[in-house]
Amino acid sequence: MAGYGKVLFDPIFKNNPIAIQILGICSALAVTSKLETTLVMSLSVICILGLSNFFISLLRKMMPSSIRLIIEMTIIATLVIIADQVIKAYMFEVSKQLSVFVGLIITNCILLGRAEAFAVNNTPFKSMLDGIGNAAGYSIVLIQVAFARELIGSGKLLGYTILKPITEGGWYTPNGLFLLAPSAFFLIGVIIWAAKLTVAKEEA
Amino acid sequence: MLESYLALFIKAVFIENMALSFFLGMCTFLAVSKKVETAFGLGVAVIVVQTITVPVNNVIYTYLLKEGALSWAGLSGVDLTFIGLVTYIGVIAAIVQILEMALDKYVPSLYNALGIFLPLITVNCAILCGSLFMVQRDYNFGESVVFGMGSGVGWALAIVAMAGLREKLKYASVPKGLDGAGITFIVAGIMAISFMLFSGIQL
Repeated sequence: MAGYGKVLFDPIFKNNPIAIQILGICSALAVTSKLETTLVMSLSVICILGLSNFFISLLRKMMPSSIRLIIEMTIIATLVIIADQVIKAYMFEVSKQLSVFVGLIITNCILLGRAEAFAVNNTPFKSMLDGIGNAAGYSIVLIQVAFARELIGSGKLLGYTILKPITEGGWYTPNGLFLLAPSAFFLIGVIIWAAKLTVAKEEA
Repeated sequence: MLESYLALFIKAVFIENMALSFFLGMCTFLAVSKKVETAFGLGVAVIVVQTITVPVNNVIYTYLLKEGALSWAGLSGVDLTFIGLVTYIGVIAAIVQILEMALDKYVPSLYNALGIFLPLITVNCAILCGSLFMVQRDYNFGESVVFGMGSGVGWALAIVAMAGLREKLKYASVPKGLDGAGITFIVAGIMAISFMLFSGIQL
C-alpha cells in the first residue's frame, strides 16, 4: 500500500506538475484572477484527470500504439465536455468568467502528459491516484496564485472584502497590477524558485 | 472590406496576441524557446496549421454544428454545438497528421526542419483556442482565414522574441533556483506587460 501513497502524494509536493515539471501553464495564468473561478477550475481538473487516467489505463492493452493519441484525446475531450455542460448548468455565472478555459482543459499538457507517462503502463486504480495527485498539485499552485492575486489586487477573498479599499472609505490601496495576467507570471516564477530551492535542500 | 480584414489581422497579431495577451500555448512557448532557430521553425508550423484549421472548423461549425445548421439535410432544429470540442480537436489532430504525411512526401526539407514540432502542435492550446474564439466571436469564412493567420503570426512573433531574449539571458548571472524556468516566467511577464501597450489601440 505504501506505493499507492507515494503515487498520490509525490506529485503534490516533490514533483509538482506546475512548479517542477512546468506543465499546464496556460490555464494557471488565465483563470487565477479570482479565487472562486480557480476553485471551480481546480475541481474540474481533479475529476477529469482522475477519470481520464482511469479510463485510459483500462484500455491500455487494447489500444494499438499508432492511434493511441487520438483515442486518448477522445476520452479526454468527452470528459471535458461533460464537465463543461455540468458547470454551465449549475454555475452559469462562473462558466461565463471561465469562458473557453474549461474547453482548454483538453489541451492542458498535464492530461496528455500523465496519460502518456503513467496511465499506459500502470493499473487503473493506481493511474487514477496518480491523476488525482497531479491534479491536486496543480490545484495547490493555482490556489496560492489566486489567493495572492485576489487579495492584493482587489482586497477581497471569494468576493468578501478583507482589506477595505480606499474607494469604499477604508485604508487599502488595491494594486491593480495583480488583477492583470502578467502578475501571475511573476507569482509562478517565484513559486518555482521556492519549490526548486526546497527540493534541492531535501536532496542535499 | 479590405480595411476591416486588415484591422482584424493587426488585432490578432498585436492587440490580442495569443501568447502574450491570452497566455495560450504557454507550455510549448516556454519549452521550445531556448533557441531562435527552433522557435522560428515551430512558429512557421503554427502559422500553417492555424491558417488551415480555423477556416476548416469554421465550415464545419456553420454547416454541421450550429443551431439549425443541418436544415439543408432536412433536420432543422438540431443543435450539435455541444460536441464542438471533440470535433475541433479531432479536426486539428487529423490536419496535423495529414500535413505531416504530405510534407514528408512532397517537401522533405521542410519536414525535416519542423521535425518533432508538428505532432506537438496538436496539444498547443493556441490552436484549439483559435477555433473556440472563432465560434465565440461568430466570424464568417473570410474573417476566419484572416484571424487564423493573424493569430498564428502573433504567436510565432512572440516565441521568436522570447527565444531571442533567452539566448541573451544565458550570459546573465541569475540567482540559484531562479535560473531556468523561474526567470523565464518573469521575462515572459515583463514581455506581457509591454504587449499590453497595444491594448490601447482602437481599430
